[in-house]
Amino acid sequence: MTDEAKKNDSELTRRRFLVGTGAAACGLVAAGSGLLAADFLRPRVLFEPPTRFILVPPDAVELGQVITSEKNQAYVIRLSSGFHAMSSVCTHLGCITRYQFDSKQIACPCHGSRFNLDGEVLSGPAPRPLDWLDMELASDGRIAVDTATLVPHGTTFKL
Amino acid sequence: MDVLNAVSRNRLWRSIVRQGIRRTNRNRVLFVTESVLLHIHSAKVQKRHLEFSSTYFLGAISMILLFVLVITGIVLMLYYHPSAEQAYDDMKELEFVISNGVFLRNLHRWAAHGMVFVAFAHMLRVFYHKAYKPPREFNWVVGVVLFLLTLLLSYTGYLLPWDQLAFWGVSVGTNMVRAVPGVGDSIRYLLLGGNIVGDNALLRFYVLHCVILPLVLIVGIAVHLWRVRKDGLIGSANRESHEESERSS
Repeated sequence: MTDEAKKNDSELTRRRFLVGTGAAACGLVAAGSGLLAADFLRPRVLFEPPTRFILVPPDAVELGQVITSEKNQAYVIRLSSGFHAMSSVCTHLGCITRYQFDSKQIACPCHGSRFNLDGEVLSGPAPRPLDWLDMELASDGRIAVDTATLVPHGTTFKL
Repeated sequence: MDVLNAVSRNRLWRSIVRQGIRRTNRNRVLFVTESVLLHIHSAKVQKRHLEFSSTYFLGAISMILLFVLVITGIVLMLYYHPSAEQAYDDMKELEFVISNGVFLRNLHRWAAHGMVFVAFAHMLRVFYHKAYKPPREFNWVVGVVLFLLTLLLSYTGYLLPWDQLAFWGVSVGTNMVRAVPGVGDSIRYLLLGGNIVGDNALLRFYVLHCVILPLVLIVGIAVHLWRVRKDGLIGSANRESHEESERSS
């Protein structure tokens, strides 16, 4: 009877130690399996189309002209400060915008956002300006734009 | 009657169907509770619980619509390839070439819309009958989760025809996910299996729609129905003392 009284809750018996170790091991396995599964779900190789595309030579773009690449979802604009490229994906919810020649504005057909040629929001629900994209000259002298590389707003290129 | 006798007295029948159960009250109860097909039902209910105005049968209707969806869904799976190249053409094939393809596809679509509507109506009924009060609060939560799963199933299924509505709907929806602070971009990457709405996205939504979400839904329905039985129908003997205490106070 005195032995039973001595076995209080805080005493680490052999049984409790072994059960605790087993439970900790199961917990480790569970956590490890969870991490493994989460890692598995993230693709490591993507078979998506390349984001870099090549357009016309710089001399083919007049001052104030807006070239639209619908397939690559980008604009190339030449202003007096230089060339810049913008994504044509509306920053609201991802629809593709279109350049309106008569108003010299970029408009989104989905919810009515309007942007100027610098990508700044003129009206509508878009929360931020259009993304500006990286440009360079390709080896054959034509303009190359990479839609995956963003540059800060206002970065113009002298090509 | 001779035909019936011939059917029920032969050896094949008697090997499949159990015989010789005496019609006692106890055996009638056991017939339901011990049956694999019937045991989810209670062995006895009060007559007023079977009336239309008690539940409008909305829970049962949404479950029947789920059965319709599962069966038509499985049948449609036999002709559908979850590939960006083929999905749209498969839908056209179902519409114009395959026998009764139009009917089965439309049945699937209408049952989907119907299930969302009926599930919502069921929630309204539960709410206005105050059937979420203790001891039923947890079942209400389970029900909300089930409704969210129903909406997710609708959303993932919407992408599968791979038409303009589907593509842009998913583009917009996954862009909305990016607004989640911190992990939004990661969640979008996981959902789409990449950066764009392409082949990976279609396959992931297909597996979500046909396997993962239905399994989770079935587990949820099991918990939901179990709680309905455990908490008792309103006004029956095994409800908790809350309703009694309300009346006594």
